[in-house]
Amino acid sequence: MQLSEKQYKSMYKKASPNSNLFVDCLWAFGVGGAICALGQALSNLYMMMLHDLTIARTWVSITLVGLAAILTALRIYDNLAKHAGAGTIVPITGFANSIVSPAMEFKSEGLVLGLGAKMFTVAGPVLVYGTTASVIYGLILYGFHLY
Amino acid sequence: MKRIGNHTLQLDPPAYVHGSGSFAGKKESEGPLAQYFDATHDDTTLGESSWEKAESKLQTEAVKTAIEKAHLKPSDIQYIFAGDLLNQCISSTYGLRDLNIPFLGLYGACSTMALGMGMAAVFVSSGAAENAVAVTSSHFCSAERQFRFPLEYGGQRTPSAQWTATAAGAVVLERQPSPICVTEVTFGRMTDLGVTDANNMGAAMAPAAACTLTDYFTDTGHTPQDFDLILTGDLGYVGSSLLREMMRKSGWDIETNHNDCGLMIYDRKAQDTHAGGSGCGCSASVVCGYVLKKMQQGTFHDVLFAATGALMSPTALQQGESIVGISHLVHLHSDVPAKTK
Repeated sequence: MQLSEKQYKSMYKKASPNSNLFVDCLWAFGVGGAICALGQALSNLYMMMLHDLTIARTWVSITLVGLAAILTALRIYDNLAKHAGAGTIVPITGFANSIVSPAMEFKSEGLVLGLGAKMFTVAGPVLVYGTTASVIYGLILYGFHLY
Repeated sequence: MKRIGNHTLQLDPPAYVHGSGSFAGKKESEGPLAQYFDATHDDTTLGESSWEKAESKLQTEAVKTAIEKAHLKPSDIQYIFAGDLLNQCISSTYGLRDLNIPFLGLYGACSTMALGMGMAAVFVSSGAAENAVAVTSSHFCSAERQFRFPLEYGGQRTPSAQWTATAAGAVVLERQPSPICVTEVTFGRMTDLGVTDANNMGAAMAPAAACTLTDYFTDTGHTPQDFDLILTGDLGYVGSSLLREMMRKSGWDIETNHNDCGLMIYDRKAQDTHAGGSGCGCSASVVCGYVLKKMQQGTFHDVLFAATGALMSPTALQQGESIVGISHLVHLHSDVPAKTK
């Protein structure tokens, strides 16, 4: 039987099951929301202790990143992320996970060329384009302030 | 040995199966085929310092067991055909370096077991060797980190994704007769219908399996009904349903006797392996464990083993290439009489 690429594409699209979008969204909303709520709770707590919003928020980031790193090291984070998807990837915790997980994985090739070199294989693009976008945004903002 | 039709080799004398070894990891030991492995490991590192070393060890164990069961020593073996999924086939290199056997490294992705068995059978049948070994392996953790993401990375797998089996299988083929033999071999042609989704390997490989099975039936005049089992290697759920559909449309109905190693090795739903198992070790351990044992018991007499491979490279995919599929086929025949109750 001769099939064209187009014919086969419609065949395998039909045969391949799709993710359950509703369940995935529900998980992402629940877990992502819970992480954000935890951040807010931490922020309130630190405000009570430190009375400075900037410093309190810095400590929120440090706490969430630390927590995600520990959960990754304990091999728990990926089991939650399996269900939560974007709910665990998008918040700052996902960023911590994307750095700690390759660091653990590539330790076997040594501390320099393994762990050191491969640590940013997942997070690297986020850093590159995140930084670039912030520079562009800054330039635009600067332009507006001139007039 | 003679060539029949355009693509099939008929082995006369056949290459006889004398010993096999089948080893697997923890997840496989929790699956439906657990009892057919020679041994399984609860520790996925096998006591080694890296996943790659663990996979090499799995391959060493499979080969040594197969050779022992054939009542031979490694020094008696004339050739070994081996391959795996890792770059430069390092599981085979380091797993077999101490055995001192002439080594022919192969890369056929997940089709490697049928490729190796086919090559070993041709060597034995042609008289180039008195005996030869075919072996291959895969390891979930070593494959994930080479082809996908670190294990602890919080990504989501799509429902069409397959689970690389931690397993190895080896078989010893000899000129000396035994009840089970390889009688025909069809080496496959590369097929590419433009699938670019690395999370849907079943869809990328199914056309290759259809191509090789059709070549075989056309060349030999056999029909699917002549076989107790038509076994594809790791098409999984998506690829298997596509293969059956393509075969039906080509006029070969394999619905009743087709099964897939990727669907057999795990309980797909309970073990959360999405579309099923994959990896060279998946079909190797299923054939060298379950299938050969069932043939020894007289349950199966004629089995078509068509292992399928996705010749996938992350580099090529990132450059916009599609996934090339391949499938190699061996016909296994058993003279063991069926047990009567």
